[in-house]
Amino acid sequence: MTGGFFPPTRASVVDALRSGDAAERERALETLVAAYWRPVYRHVRRKWGKGHEEAADLTQDFFAELLSRHLLARFDPGKARLRTYLRLCVDGLAANAAKAASRQKRGGGAAPLSLDFEGAREELERAAPAADETPERAFEREWVRSVLALALERLPSALEGRGKGIAFALFELCELGAEAEVPSYAELAARFGVSVSDVTNGLSLARRELRRIVLDLLRELTGSEEELRLEARAVLGIDAP
Amino acid sequence: MTALPDAALSRLVRALRTPDLSETRYLLGREVGRGGMGSVWEADDPELGRSVALKVLDLPDSAGDLSARLRREARVLARLEHPGVVPVHDVGTLPDGRPWYAMKLVRGERLDAAAARLSTLPERLRLFLRVCEPVAFAHARGVVHRDLKPSNVMVGPFGEVLVLDWGIARLLEEEASEGRPGPPAAPPTEPREPRAAAAPGTAAGTVLGTPGYMAPEQARGDGDVDGRADVFALGVLLRELAGPEALRARRLAAIVAKATAERPAERYGGAPALAADVVRYLDGEPVTAYRERPWERAARFAVRHRVALLLVLAYLAARAAILVLYRR
Repeated sequence: MTGGFFPPTRASVVDALRSGDAAERERALETLVAAYWRPVYRHVRRKWGKGHEEAADLTQDFFAELLSRHLLARFDPGKARLRTYLRLCVDGLAANAAKAASRQKRGGGAAPLSLDFEGAREELERAAPAADETPERAFEREWVRSVLALALERLPSALEGRGKGIAFALFELCELGAEAEVPSYAELAARFGVSVSDVTNGLSLARRELRRIVLDLLRELTGSEEELRLEARAVLGIDAP
Repeated sequence: MTALPDAALSRLVRALRTPDLSETRYLLGREVGRGGMGSVWEADDPELGRSVALKVLDLPDSAGDLSARLRREARVLARLEHPGVVPVHDVGTLPDGRPWYAMKLVRGERLDAAAARLSTLPERLRLFLRVCEPVAFAHARGVVHRDLKPSNVMVGPFGEVLVLDWGIARLLEEEASEGRPGPPAAPPTEPREPRAAAAPGTAAGTVLGTPGYMAPEQARGDGDVDGRADVFALGVLLRELAGPEALRARRLAAIVAKATAERPAERYGGAPALAADVVRYLDGEPVTAYRERPWERAARFAVRHRVALLLVLAYLAARAAILVLYRR
């Protein structure tokens, strides 16, 4: 497939992790970890029945191994989505108890990533698992959650950069608060001292910007245009059952 | 970074999917359908005081490939002015780069749901004939639909049939004018050698369509499909509308078999020929798909003219009775 949906911004993490530029490699790893560590942790807990400590260790091992064994170099976007490939890598790691026993050696002594496993544990234990959800579907749902959370993190600075800081505040109140407490546009206009049309314009801008960031992020997290299209459909709920 | 709760996640996804119509004259309503390329939303057009269906692509399209395809679909629809084809009103691009077009909002039910409420075979066959009409019209205008299936055929409250989703339709004349070898939608009687032509937006080798309704040549990704690919899909629809009981009738089964033949050359040349055979079947006349044995012809003749035949037989019986009584 040729062409693209939007102008290229950052390179795919698959390419960036092979880059000679250390800053680019570090940024790619940061994005990859942010998008995947929670899905990986939850997958290991739920599919493999591991306890909190072991799942947290395996999650750390997974990212260490990804780098030390250059697992992404073997990824072929023509054969599978990156998300599927990484999940299968996690399964391989979790299935091999002997490897788990020697993980310190395998990780090459890499410094552990600073990840909030305690928070993830609480979230996991609070959430009731869906009765008939497959591990693959659960992994996808967690991944979508991480991608959107990551995009939301980038949204305020993107809007500030365009001089539209108020748009994020409006978006937060309308889309991220409790649904029952969403104020009317007139209330928002009065609260921020702007017109109702400024409120609707601000909200439109924030949604548009978030959509752009999500697609930008997905470009980083995929290896081809076709994979990007498929993952965008997954994140935007278009292929949801 | 904290994880988003399920409720927030659903709302966020909904907010991201919802088209921003602030720069159009339309007011957004509910989502009414989803397809391979995008979703369809109900919307109000306050200027003209009518409801429309808005088809919006899922993703922005800076390269223009998808926009071109959507605009092409709108052009296909614009050239098909027929009561069985949904008209397009408007085309545009959302502020986030997603292309859209507005078309007539169709209210009704899917073909299979509508057929399920028809109790007799002739009623279901007449419904099928109404599906053939817009397809035949499209073929005459050089357009092959390529994705005929129950979900793409709507039946309105007055029994009117509308064929939807011409997104992967093939414009044969356009290909010819672009210098591509474009065969006519209704093929010549003699089989042709396959040619590697590609429809705009669909390269040869790309499989577009729906398994189960797709003609074998289309499923193989042959670029060179013509109206006989639609004949195949119509044959599948006919088989489903008729039902297994009705297909015990050899003549009807033969019509379905001919429409869904593996090789395009063995199928009907186009939708009109298929429809004509179904009409003949309904009228009790010989169908082109089946060569009758003499006794079958006699049986069909007897069924078709049963009233006249009964009158003749009654007359002959009366004459015979009078003759017998007279001789005594």
